[in-house]
Amino acid sequence: MYLTQYLLLAAALFCIGVYGVLTRRNGVMVLMSIELILNAVNINMVAFGTYNADIGGQVFALFIIAVAAAEVGVGLAIVLLIYRNRRSIDVSDASLMRG
Amino acid sequence: MLASVSLFAQATGNSWDLPANIAFGIISVIAIGAALRMVTTNNVVHSALYLLIVLASVAAVYILLGAEFAAATQVLVYIGAILVLLLFGVMLTRARLGGDEDLNYEQRWIGLGVSLLLFVVMGYSIWEQYGSKDEAKLIGYEPQRTAEVADAIFSTYIVPFEAVSVLLLAALIGAVVVARRD
Repeated sequence: MYLTQYLLLAAALFCIGVYGVLTRRNGVMVLMSIELILNAVNINMVAFGTYNADIGGQVFALFIIAVAAAEVGVGLAIVLLIYRNRRSIDVSDASLMRG
Repeated sequence: MLASVSLFAQATGNSWDLPANIAFGIISVIAIGAALRMVTTNNVVHSALYLLIVLASVAAVYILLGAEFAAATQVLVYIGAILVLLLFGVMLTRARLGGDEDLNYEQRWIGLGVSLLLFVVMGYSIWEQYGSKDEAKLIGYEPQRTAEVADAIFSTYIVPFEAVSVLLLAALIGAVVVARRD
């Protein structure tokens, strides 16, 4: 096996996630695409950790998982708040800086 | 089919780790296919379920790389918690669970172009740096055991670990404050 195939898989998942972030209107689906991007980064972390025989890659993948959990919690709270105020979770509706 | 596989194995030599490569091929096809369906389907719940397939495939990739604790955490945190949270988000923000035509922007070709360009740039630079050179080979690596991960977290990485615990507490309180009904 080569390191390259893992990096290319991660790059493909990352770009699919970027496509999802750019094209989805629904705020929850944008959050899902961000999760996809973070997973792609995690594959890179673990692959380089294995490649260099360094435990740090796996440890930082775990940190990224924890940060992703925090991100999705706060992100969903914000989406719920937007939905409550505007009856819509279209991310292009939430374009005002105030009320 | 079998003949072509053995021909492929002969052509690439003994250093080519065949079972792991077959597993990687299956996993990556499933992951990329499910990810593509996830960003193109018109049903929010189906999209979340395709995300589940992608997350499980990523856990399988961790197993393939010998990172057992990361794979277990992926299953517990992502599939067990984050996906359920996302499904709650879907449930709380829309009453109907059917398809929806109005889910994508009209200018999706721009998004497609941007992501394809990104993939070409990243793929070219990865291939240029590593390619199929000998030093990019992953042969005979040791699995990274959970005990080693625990040792590293609680000695070398103790400061980031504590910072993450404070961050999780802050996110918990922040989410409650933001989403609370006054």
